[in-house]
Amino acid sequence: MTLLFGRTRALEAQIDQLLDAISEGCLVFEQGIADYLRPDPEQFEKRLAAIGEYEHKADELRREIETRLYRESLIPDHRGDVLGLLENIDNVIDEAKKTLWQFAVERPEIPAELGPGYLDLARAGTQAAQHLVSAVRAFFRDITIVPDHIHKVYFYEREADKLADRLKRRIFSMDVGLARQIHLRYFCLHVENISDRAEDVADRLSIYTIKRTI
Amino acid sequence: MKWLFLSSGLFLGWSLGANDAANVFGTAVGTKMVRFQTAALVAGVFVVLGSVAGVSGAAGTLGKLGAVDALPGAFVVALAAGLAVVGLLKATGLPVSTTQAIVGALVGYNLFTGRPTDPAVLTRIVSSWLLCPALSAGLAAGLFLLARRWMPRAKIHLLEVDAWTRAGLLVVGGFGAYSLGQNNIANVMGVFLRVSPFPESVSLGPFRVTSAEMLFLSGGLAIASGVATYSQRVMKKLGSGLAALSPLAALVVVLTAATVLFAFGSPGVERALKGLGLPTLPLVPVSSSQAVVGAIVGISLVRKSPVKGKTLLRIAAGWVTAPAAAALLALLGLFVLQNVFLLPVSGAGTPGTPLHRSEARR
Repeated sequence: MTLLFGRTRALEAQIDQLLDAISEGCLVFEQGIADYLRPDPEQFEKRLAAIGEYEHKADELRREIETRLYRESLIPDHRGDVLGLLENIDNVIDEAKKTLWQFAVERPEIPAELGPGYLDLARAGTQAAQHLVSAVRAFFRDITIVPDHIHKVYFYEREADKLADRLKRRIFSMDVGLARQIHLRYFCLHVENISDRAEDVADRLSIYTIKRTI
Repeated sequence: MKWLFLSSGLFLGWSLGANDAANVFGTAVGTKMVRFQTAALVAGVFVVLGSVAGVSGAAGTLGKLGAVDALPGAFVVALAAGLAVVGLLKATGLPVSTTQAIVGALVGYNLFTGRPTDPAVLTRIVSSWLLCPALSAGLAAGLFLLARRWMPRAKIHLLEVDAWTRAGLLVVGGFGAYSLGQNNIANVMGVFLRVSPFPESVSLGPFRVTSAEMLFLSGGLAIASGVATYSQRVMKKLGSGLAALSPLAALVVVLTAATVLFAFGSPGVERALKGLGLPTLPLVPVSSSQAVVGAIVGISLVRKSPVKGKTLLRIAAGWVTAPAAAALLALLGLFVLQNVFLLPVSGAGTPGTPLHRSEARR
């Protein structure tokens, strides 16, 4: 049994580690935004370093998994789909890391009354990412529950859209000057992008799931 | 001279390996689940085991169809069947049936020598050519439906499904190759059984190897060499040429073909069916290509996925062309051998004399 499944189990573990890294990275992103808004610069810097590590780990694992899938000619009928899935889910943590780094570099001055709006938006994006990770895990192990998770990804993406829209309206109703308004909207767009990336992967996953059940 | 005559049987064995044995692993290699080298090794080993160790009831039926009792006659019958298979295989690259070719060549032999062809036996064999793909299609459709329903409930990781499928393809493919050797060895060596060039028996330490066993072993090795040298093209064509198959579907195809080949060649299965009061299957050599093609069509019907009609028609046309071409080639070859080389193509044997050890035992 070990001889037959030894290598398979190792690869399964790597896929789980990749999904763990993405899930934890997205949670760190939410905490990082909270620390920035609080503000707690020291904690924020720690979150920044942590998300970089998670993103780097996810990249390395993804490359290793892709190489093994090809080198060992595994799952020939679903290999393309799995590679597409892993590449795209990796974009979610990339986006989270990029956004947090932009906060670090550009240091946007966020008015205190807008803080909860940004935090809610970050939470909605993180929730979408968490349900996406669960959906991808289910795709590998229990395909019947994939739709249960995918519809939650779509729910949180719609929530993020609504929150972002409300935030942008508030930004442009404030008397802070156009340059600052545009700067604040720019960060709103970036935080919103997390849920959009999650939605892109969920769209793909829906198709892959149908393909697997035919 | 005796050994030269046996070469046509070895050639037929080689063509059986290149073609029919390729069918067993065709879908596994075509879906890239099993490497060709691995498939060739497993098929080679098990086809030899099946040829030597398997006791087939199918051989007796072939013996009743035509008893070749002169070595030059056996040479031509095997050569005609081999040439018909290889010619069609080379022309189309599609699976052709060695079983049908040898039946065609035997009918040609009977026609040339003026011996009667038992219509009841011929009908039994030809009806199996319809029954075999139909049974394969039904069995494959049922198995595929079961697998499709069970798989999502089993909650097995995608990668583990992949590993199980690969292992299953190798195990079931080995069983298929064994069944093929058991069911089809009579096609290759049956005509030489009564005119074997091997000594009656040879002692190898505690073992005694009979002439028939040496004949079947050489036939089995010829089949294995056909798998190793020429089956890759047919394997790839089968895996992707007729319909797009998933690895799970490939496993169902291999399992179906192996089961059907086994059922048509096993007196044990016949007894079991009889014991259960069920209708029995005729013990005849059936074609692995028909079993595989039937299984692929059965799965495609369940999946409601398109079957390449043109390819299917070409394969079916080959099933008619192969026996017809073999019969014509046998007639031509026997005429040349008898009238140009002045060699006897038939002895004083009575038609219907058993050809195979299992038949002789009954």
